[in-house]
Order: sequence, then structure tokens, then C-alpha cells
Amino acid sequence: MKRLLDLLDTKEMVVVCGSGGTGKTTVAAALGLQAAQQLGGRVLVLTVDPARRLADALGLGGSAGFGNTAVQVPLADSRGELWVAMLDTKAGWDELIRRHAQDPSIRDRVLANPLYRNITGRFVNSHDYIAMERLHELHGSGQYDLVVIDTPPSRNALDLLDAPGRMREFFGSALLKWLTVPYRSKLFTVATKPFNQVADRVLGTRFLQDIAEFFVLFRTMEAGFVQRAREVERLLADDRTTFVVVSTLDPAPAREARFLAEELHRRGLPLGALVLNRTLPRSIRSGGAARAAAGLAELASDPARLARVAAAAHVDGPAAAHVLAETARRFGEVRSAATREAERRRQLEPLAPLVAEAPLLPADVHDLAGLQALGAQVVR
Amino acid sequence: MLDRRLLFVTGKGGVGKTTVAAALADLAAARGTRTLVVEMDAKGAIAEALDSPPLTFRPTEVRPGLFAMAMNTEDSLREYLRVVARIPLVGRIGPLARTFDFVADAAPGVKEILAIGKVCYEVRERHYDLVVVDAEASGHIVAQIDAPRAIRELVQVGMVREQTEWMLGILGDPAITGLVAVTTAEEMPVVETIELLDKVRTTTEVDVAAVIANRVPPRWFAAADDEVLDALCAPAALAALQAGVGEKAEGGVAAVLDAARLARTRRALATGHLERLDAALPAGVRTHILPEVFARSGGRRVVSLVADALAQELS
Repeated sequence: MKRLLDLLDTKEMVVVCGSGGTGKTTVAAALGLQAAQQLGGRVLVLTVDPARRLADALGLGGSAGFGNTAVQVPLADSRGELWVAMLDTKAGWDELIRRHAQDPSIRDRVLANPLYRNITGRFVNSHDYIAMERLHELHGSGQYDLVVIDTPPSRNALDLLDAPGRMREFFGSALLKWLTVPYRSKLFTVATKPFNQVADRVLGTRFLQDIAEFFVLFRTMEAGFVQRAREVERLLADDRTTFVVVSTLDPAPAREARFLAEELHRRGLPLGALVLNRTLPRSIRSGGAARAAAGLAELASDPARLARVAAAAHVDGPAAAHVLAETARRFGEVRSAATREAERRRQLEPLAPLVAEAPLLPADVHDLAGLQALGAQVVR
Repeated sequence: MLDRRLLFVTGKGGVGKTTVAAALADLAAARGTRTLVVEMDAKGAIAEALDSPPLTFRPTEVRPGLFAMAMNTEDSLREYLRVVARIPLVGRIGPLARTFDFVADAAPGVKEILAIGKVCYEVRERHYDLVVVDAEASGHIVAQIDAPRAIRELVQVGMVREQTEWMLGILGDPAITGLVAVTTAEEMPVVETIELLDKVRTTTEVDVAAVIANRVPPRWFAAADDEVLDALCAPAALAALQAGVGEKAEGGVAAVLDAARLARTRRALATGHLERLDAALPAGVRTHILPEVFARSGGRRVVSLVADALAQELS
């Protein structure tokens, strides 16, 4: 089977996606670290919301790395460089406005508009769009050999894929035309009149005017935005891009991963690998373990045989009996959980050309050593 | 918690927010409380959790005393225009409603207020004893429950502004409304929960009813037995155990004992995260612990097991 490291060696952009709570951020950072250490070159990990201790370990603590500035992670003994940056949606938007505004007056009016400040957080899945936009920007800068991007926690994983298209459609949509009608002319058409009457009565005129003014300014930037969104959209389907779906083998994330893999396929987007994270150790499912658990339960109820074990362990018999009986009983539950995981793994495996796995670690990953251990498992 | 009349259940993605919301509603209904559970994001998760057909804006009775609906802002707008704004012939303004939905997409807070307005309306009209909302995930919940206040600041006049007053009355009354934050005993969900509770308390009027720690790994045995487990893992003891269970189970004893030690490590980590959570909780709020449940898949059975665990925890 192909190795994940080979995938990282041949691609320039890696989009790490999957449902929340599966360890997406950590896996993205671990992949970036492996690529830098083992393959060399300049690798950038664009992260969204790392746990604080992990952020500190990567040098993203305090204000460093905010506002989309990359910082280098000091690595001992590495072939390449690892850089990290944190996605900043607000700064990303401001940069887009600066780029696409036709003159400084429009730029300043948009940036100062209270509605703009309010809207950037929610509007047309703005986190998703900015994430993709940053990917485009960073790749296009020519500064990095590989960009690994962690994706924002979405209500729907597809939002990410749809974001550029939605941005494009938004500018061509009836919405903008309707919203800007009262501002562009006082002449209400037969079609808009009832709408404005209802809207007026419900929301009040001033609010509608505020919205209209903002969108009139926004519309002047249409050409630039649309072209850019199209480029971002093309980049997702590019040969140099690959998607990595991260999932645990719990029922809900596994279902989401399956859905995501199928959607990527349907859209002709390149799913490179599936990373199964925090899986139960395979040894749990061995025949020997099952027989051992049954044997331990028997042993616990046989005082004569138990006495020999207790003596070897220097513990008293009843205590050993209790621990062994309870362990055998609980082991049954864990074994069932592992069997169900195996079934879900079997269902997911055909969906990706490459399936990597990282077993449940006994500790949270919050330093470079932890990231390295995780990454080594995943790319193995 | 179940004495309140409106509960918003939220949590970071992946912690089991929907399962807990469904279990709370299930438990309340089983105790004779006429309950409505509202799915906010129309992804079908509540329907799946309750093993019911896809939900609609119009509530369906999925079990005696348990009703479920899916939020839809356009339907909510229609109902609002018809019932509250008394605009006639709403049914005939189809394209208008669609256009309005566009506005709702773009204008901050409009979608949220339509959703929250419907929920508050059900509470005000006392159609149910309890409304449980499977609300937005913790990243978006504040925008959702704070919508009436945000709208009041943005919209200077008009019917919507007038409507925000009574909604704020319901949302701000701790006897009526409470927020339930669901987490797991893991680092990120706990950190996010602490940040969320802080934000809810400083920026919204909604009271925090409880924190629920879901899927907490069980403790296999008491602390004193931990030493016994370690002793049994020592080489001589392991050899004696392996001899005791026979050759057919070769290598298996170590795998079984490793599983026990992995469970212990996970439990210890979870306990550490829960202690951090407890230390950060506001006075009067406590964490309810729900143990990890073992079922063949998600869905109705898990909800039922979680509801049992909740009943035990709340008793």
C-alpha cells in the first residue's frame, strides 16, 4: 500500500477535513511536522483553532502568528523548515477588501461600515471561504513547498467545498440586486414594491438602508471577488491539491467521513487519504486476548489456582480475584467496541486510496514530541 | 434543570450535544412533562436520535408527550407574518418570502431571531411544559441566543424591535430559561466550555442551568485496586497468569491487562480535565457526569441509555 508520506511528497496543498472532535487540527500539525522533518523543504501549517497548549508548543502563544502571519517552529534535527500560521477570518476579509476596492475611499468606507464588521463573521460561510482564500494566497506566494490547511469547524463539512461557489453566486444573485434597489433608485418596480413594504413594516426603513448602502459599496468589488472565487474553486480541484479526511471510528464521525468522501468523489475533488484517529489497539481483537479474558474470569473464581498468581504478584488473593474478574468483564465491553470499530473501518476503507491509522494515545498531544509520535504513526 | 421551561443544549462539535438534547427531552416526557424538542440546524440528527421520520416545522408527536420539530426560518417568517404581523395572504407571497430569506442570509441576526422567536413563542403560548432546543454548536450559540439583543441594537424601529422585548423577558428569566453546555472530558471541549460559559455570562442574559460531561470513561475499579493491577502486570505475575489461563491464550493476558491500563490512563486524564472544568464553573452550576455507553451504533438505543444515566445522575 502507498504511504501517506509519499502523498505529502507529491502534493503542494493538503486540505485536512472531517467532523469536529476527531483531532483534525492535531493531525494537520502532525502531518506538517512529518513532511518538514522527513521530506525537507519549507512546510506551512495553517491552523484554525489549536488547543492552547499545542499552540504554545508551536510558538503560536500570545499574539504571535495571529493576523495570518507565519512563525517558524524551531526544530532540532530536521531536513526542512516548519512554519505555522493561525487563520484570522477578520484579517483575511480586510485584506480581500483592500485588494479588491477600486479606490481608497470605497475601501475605507467598507472597512468602517458597522455592518461590515458585524457581517464578516457569519456571511456566506465566511470562515470557510477565507480558509480557502488563504490557501490560494499562500500557495501562490511561492514561499512554501507544501501548505497543510486545517479546516474550520463547520456545521456542515460541505460548506467548505461550497464556499467559493457561493461567494461567486452571491455577487450574481438576485439578493444583491434586491438589496440595493432602494439605494440605486427611488423608483420601486411592481415586483419590489410589496417586498419593500413588508420588509419596511417588519424591519424598519433605516436598517434596510444600512444594508443597502453596504451592499452598494460591496458590489463595486464584484469583478475582483468573482474572479478570485473562481480561482480558489479551481485550486481545490487542482492536481497539486489533495484532501485528507480525518475521522474516529465512532458511529457519527464515521458516517460523516463516509459522506464527505463520497461528496469529494462526486465533485471530482481528489481524496488522497483517510486518517482514522484514536482507534482502539488491534491487540484487543486477537483470539488470544478473548481466550485470556475468559481464562482470567475462571481463574478469579478458583481460589487454589488464584493463590499461585497472587503469591507471584505479592498481592492478596481476594484483591487479585476482584481485579481480574472486573478486568475480564470490562474487557468484554472494550472488545465489542473494537469489533464495531473494525466493521466501520471495513466500510470506510474502500472509499480512499490510502488509509492511515493512529491508535488512541494514553495522553493528549500538546507538544512537539507528542505531534511527532502521532505523525510517525500516521505516515508509517 | 428539568423544572425550567426552555433549555438550550449546546456544545462543541462531536461531544454528543444532540444525543443529550434528545435524552433530556425523552426523560422529561417519560416523567409526564409535555415536551417539544427543536432541531435547529435541520441536519436530521434529532430525527435520527429519536428514530422518527424526517421532522418538519410542524411538530409531530414521536412518543406520547414528546413532540419534535425542525426549525425552518422561512416557515417561521411566514408564521410570524401571519400570526403576529397580521399581514394577509402570506401564502401568496412566495417569491417575497424567498427574497426575505436572502436578506436573512445576509443581514446579521435575522435568521437567528426568526429561529429564537419561534422557540420563545412556543414558550410564551405555553403550548408545552418544556421546550428543549438542540441549539447551535458552542461556536455559534451566543449569536443565536443573543440575537434579540443584537437586533434591538441594530434595528431602530419597526415590528421586529418591538418583538425583542418580550423575547428578552423570557430568555433573561432564570426560572424559565437555561443553557445546558455539553462537553466530553477532553482538553479542547473543556477549554471551549469554560470559554463559552464565560461568554454567555458576560454577553447574554441567559442563565447557565448545568454542564453535562458526556461519554466519561468509566473507572474500572477503586484506587486501591490500581496497585493490585500494577502488581499483576509485573513479569513474574504475568508469567503466572499466562500459565494459569493456558497456552491457547498466548500473549492474550498482556493484551487484556494493557486494555485495563489504557482504561485507567484515559480515566485519569478525563478526571484531570473535569477537575479543571469544575474549578472554572460559576457558583451554583455543577457538572453532571454521564458515563460512556456501549451500544451497537448511535441513534435511539444510545439516547435511551443516556436518558437512563441522566435520570440516575439527576436523582
